[in-house]
Amino acid sequence: MIAVIDYGAGNSASVLKAVQHLGFTSKSVIAPECLQDAEKIVLPGQGHFATMMTSLRERHMLEPLREAIESGKGFLGICLGLQALYEGSDEAPDEQGLGILPGRVRKLEGVFKIPHVGWSQMEVRQPAKILEGIASSSFAYFCHSYYGPVTAQTAATTQYGQKFSAAVELRNIHAVQFHPEKSGEIGLQVLKNFLET
Amino acid sequence: MLAKRIIPCLDCKDGRVVKGVQFEHLRDAGDPATLAERYNEEGADELVLLDISASREGRATLLQTVHQVARQLFIPLTVGGGVRTVEDARRLLAQGADKVAVNTAAVENPQLVRELADRFGSQAVVAAIDARRQRLPPSLPPDEQLKSRAITWNVVIYGGTRETALDAIGWARQAEALGAGEILLTSMDADGAQTGFDCELTSAISHAVHIPVIASGGAGRPEDFAEVFLRGAADAALAASVFHFRQYSLRGLKKYLESRGIPVRIVAEGEA
Repeated sequence: MIAVIDYGAGNSASVLKAVQHLGFTSKSVIAPECLQDAEKIVLPGQGHFATMMTSLRERHMLEPLREAIESGKGFLGICLGLQALYEGSDEAPDEQGLGILPGRVRKLEGVFKIPHVGWSQMEVRQPAKILEGIASSSFAYFCHSYYGPVTAQTAATTQYGQKFSAAVELRNIHAVQFHPEKSGEIGLQVLKNFLET
Repeated sequence: MLAKRIIPCLDCKDGRVVKGVQFEHLRDAGDPATLAERYNEEGADELVLLDISASREGRATLLQTVHQVARQLFIPLTVGGGVRTVEDARRLLAQGADKVAVNTAAVENPQLVRELADRFGSQAVVAAIDARRQRLPPSLPPDEQLKSRAITWNVVIYGGTRETALDAIGWARQAEALGAGEILLTSMDADGAQTGFDCELTSAISHAVHIPVIASGGAGRPEDFAEVFLRGAADAALAASVFHFRQYSLRGLKKYLESRGIPVRIVAEGEA
């Protein structure tokens, strides 16, 4: 079973739909005990960094989620779910992130239009399981105002105002800033790669 | 590189796609789910579904239509038409819409935009603005009017049937401040005429706000799309008839735009 975390403000329904379309059993999850039964965990994201972290904490899911990730269970963070992996975010300076990736999430700047909404290309910079079969310069659908900086774990970057992490991978931990559930065939391929790892 | 988006629009009435000129003289253009599938395959970047049913029965059909369209679709879907409350929006999102467009109800109650953004996030809220050019004061020659900013656009509501005194640029700014994530801007002067987008209107709004502007109304030739991106500063362009009645394909249109140096996302045949 693939657990898709629903923290109340995310877009878990469309992620569930895509996972089921690919032939995998999945479940929307709002309680920590479900994480133990799951083969893999997806943290979709939308909205505000503080809302996500507070909601995960109030539902007592933050520590179980960290433990599941550390135990080696497959994890996919989407959009805000990627940003959660960093130490923190300028969107909510008082909140801590999971701290799995070094650095802080920052606000996009240097562009007239923010949020970054639409289809942008990603450049693959190192091989990653979730990017198998994805050509460099492929387009994916983004919708965000904050970005995760490029780190040693960054598998693909995208340029909008600045260069940021479009996809990261660290052992069992995978995350994408774009929305694979809204990125057509490319997005479905990314999801499939994760589900089949 | 951020691509300029091409968005086919499905105007739906009682479960069918229809198309008319300025919301009148409707003709049938097919089944929504079938058209959605075709556009997805041709490389649409997003789909917009607008309900133009006036009846309660029509509204109930809409939820079914959204469900059917969304089921096999893995690109963003915006749904609008008759959204008046947070509950209306919630129902559409629950059926698989990613964004809801609000128009008349937001003009009558601007706080609706804020309530929707607070509840679902700005990324899910599209302010749909129908604008009409105001009759020019006869005393000035046209180029003088442009210079003196005498050309203005007012917001019209109820499908273009009711004028308001609201300035379209001011309303766009206010909608952004209230939390709208995008603006779907329809020129009521150009809509359905297939004589080109209103590039002055689009450019004025696009430079007045920091959120993306989707230009709508007037798409005819492929050149019209190039114009609205290059001169109108649009982030996306929406059209209906040119796609429904197969004047040209989305793929063909995008190849043309690419040849004009406009960044677009081209999906290879059989890949979508």
